[in-house]
Amino acid sequence: MMHRREWVYGWLFLSPALLFLFTFTHYPAVKTVISSFYSTPKGRRPAKFIGSENYQTLIQDDVFWQVLVNNFWFAVGTIPISIGLALLMALWVNSKLKGRTLSRVAFFAPTVLPLIAVANIWMFFYTPGFGLIDQFRSGLFGLPAINLIGNPDTVLAAMIVVAIWKEAGFFMIFYLAALQSIPPVLKEAADVEGASSFYYLRRILLPLLMPTTLFVSINAVINSFRLVDHIFVMTEGGPDNASSLLLYYIYETAFKYWQTGYAATLTVVMLVLLSILAIGQFFLFDRKVHYQ
Amino acid sequence: MSATHFRWPGFDTVLNAFAMWFLAFMWALPLLYAIWTAFHPAAYETNFVWNAPLTLDNFAKAWAAAPFARYFLNTFMLVTMILICQFVLCTLAAFAFARFTFPGRGILFALVLLQLLVMPDILIVENYKTIRSLELVDTILAIGLPYFASGFGIFLLRQTFMSVPRELDDAARVEGTSFLGLLWKVYIPLAKPTYLAYGLVSVSHHWNNFLWPLIITNSVETRPVTVGLSVFAAIDAGLEWSVINAATLMTSGPLLIAFLLFQRQFVQSFMRAGIR
Repeated sequence: MMHRREWVYGWLFLSPALLFLFTFTHYPAVKTVISSFYSTPKGRRPAKFIGSENYQTLIQDDVFWQVLVNNFWFAVGTIPISIGLALLMALWVNSKLKGRTLSRVAFFAPTVLPLIAVANIWMFFYTPGFGLIDQFRSGLFGLPAINLIGNPDTVLAAMIVVAIWKEAGFFMIFYLAALQSIPPVLKEAADVEGASSFYYLRRILLPLLMPTTLFVSINAVINSFRLVDHIFVMTEGGPDNASSLLLYYIYETAFKYWQTGYAATLTVVMLVLLSILAIGQFFLFDRKVHYQ
Repeated sequence: MSATHFRWPGFDTVLNAFAMWFLAFMWALPLLYAIWTAFHPAAYETNFVWNAPLTLDNFAKAWAAAPFARYFLNTFMLVTMILICQFVLCTLAAFAFARFTFPGRGILFALVLLQLLVMPDILIVENYKTIRSLELVDTILAIGLPYFASGFGIFLLRQTFMSVPRELDDAARVEGTSFLGLLWKVYIPLAKPTYLAYGLVSVSHHWNNFLWPLIITNSVETRPVTVGLSVFAAIDAGLEWSVINAATLMTSGPLLIAFLLFQRQFVQSFMRAGIR
């Protein structure tokens, strides 16, 4: 009798949240897959089933492949560096170094700033001739002006720098939380044994931080698909789509060219990539993660 | 550290300190630079002299050039609405997952966690269609709707609720407290640090959100500050950097100040919330 009452209450308490979750996450995710097999509805002409036509377009779409490659390099450029820096920041801020409180504020501040707003500031840094980077280059080394975001070869790297700056401090917080939960006894024992700081870091800290690294790296992967706000302000995907990322291309396809059928197909690619990467990371880390 | 234990810092420590200061300076540079240009006349944009005259003109110009007051009001309403809905929905759901046994619990929880990976942020095409069929395009409600139920929030609160001692729970049940009373009197007060941490994350996330509001709004009455700022900066003809930077600071100002005031609590509540 008691159990039956628990069932009812459990479902009752859960239902409002589930209603919203299903409407705006699960339903659209499934609907995206369905829409990818349909044409884009135009005017009075409803969407009609076209089989794999959108996927054939996808394979022949040069821009799609370029955007995918861009996103790959964006991920490769941002994920390891931001995680590495986050760990370094956390170790510093957690130590007894002078100025650690102020440093913590500096590292974390980009997290609370809107990406769209800081893009304006970075934009100024990168402005050829007039911007801070060029002022620095010409003032100190007498180098000529360079246009970092106007050049297809450098624009993606310039975007990667902005993304690392934005997210490293956020990841630092998770490492900091983990570091503070590690008993100081371990460090004392290592000192007694005469272990070097490096040995302590490699053989004791890093293994203990593995669950955090897994959590942070999954977040970093998601961010590498999600962080596109700065593109709107800085490059609009240009020049020649050299800085366009998958989500930005989805936005353009759906809301600039109103090709919603094809945009759904692109979204399917993104969902598949996200799932593969998340599952892959889980298995990659699984053997190395030791839960306490 | 007491005086008797004082040791001269080793080479290692000095090197680390310098490296930390250098990186911290690099990280603060964009913000410091924005503050410099925003408070000085345009002529001093790249001319860093200590006696450059201070001015608030840039803020006045930015404020006059776009309806920022309205944008701020929109963002404030948006963030408040999302926070309240998230607290209510996530609390109820987390309580159900933490303390009730019912068929389907495991699979439903897996579906909740799925939202950590497949976020509404990337389902913009289909969510736009849904909002359009609800005839809610260009409303503040529409910006918030996809975020009301948060997988992250449910997960976080469930973890906290599960750490509440069973004895407290049992004692209240013996006294005949209803489930809602139990939640209100025992669980929620004990989870305060989690609410603070989650609230700060949620507010800063939705204050900063851009892509979805950009898609779903198209008028001054609904635009949040982030979209307003991008519209403002896009007019660019004749706008000075100092004015754009003033607007940039203005839009992030309230959040930045809140963060500076609460940063200790912020970091601590993260740690207490047990996110590791």
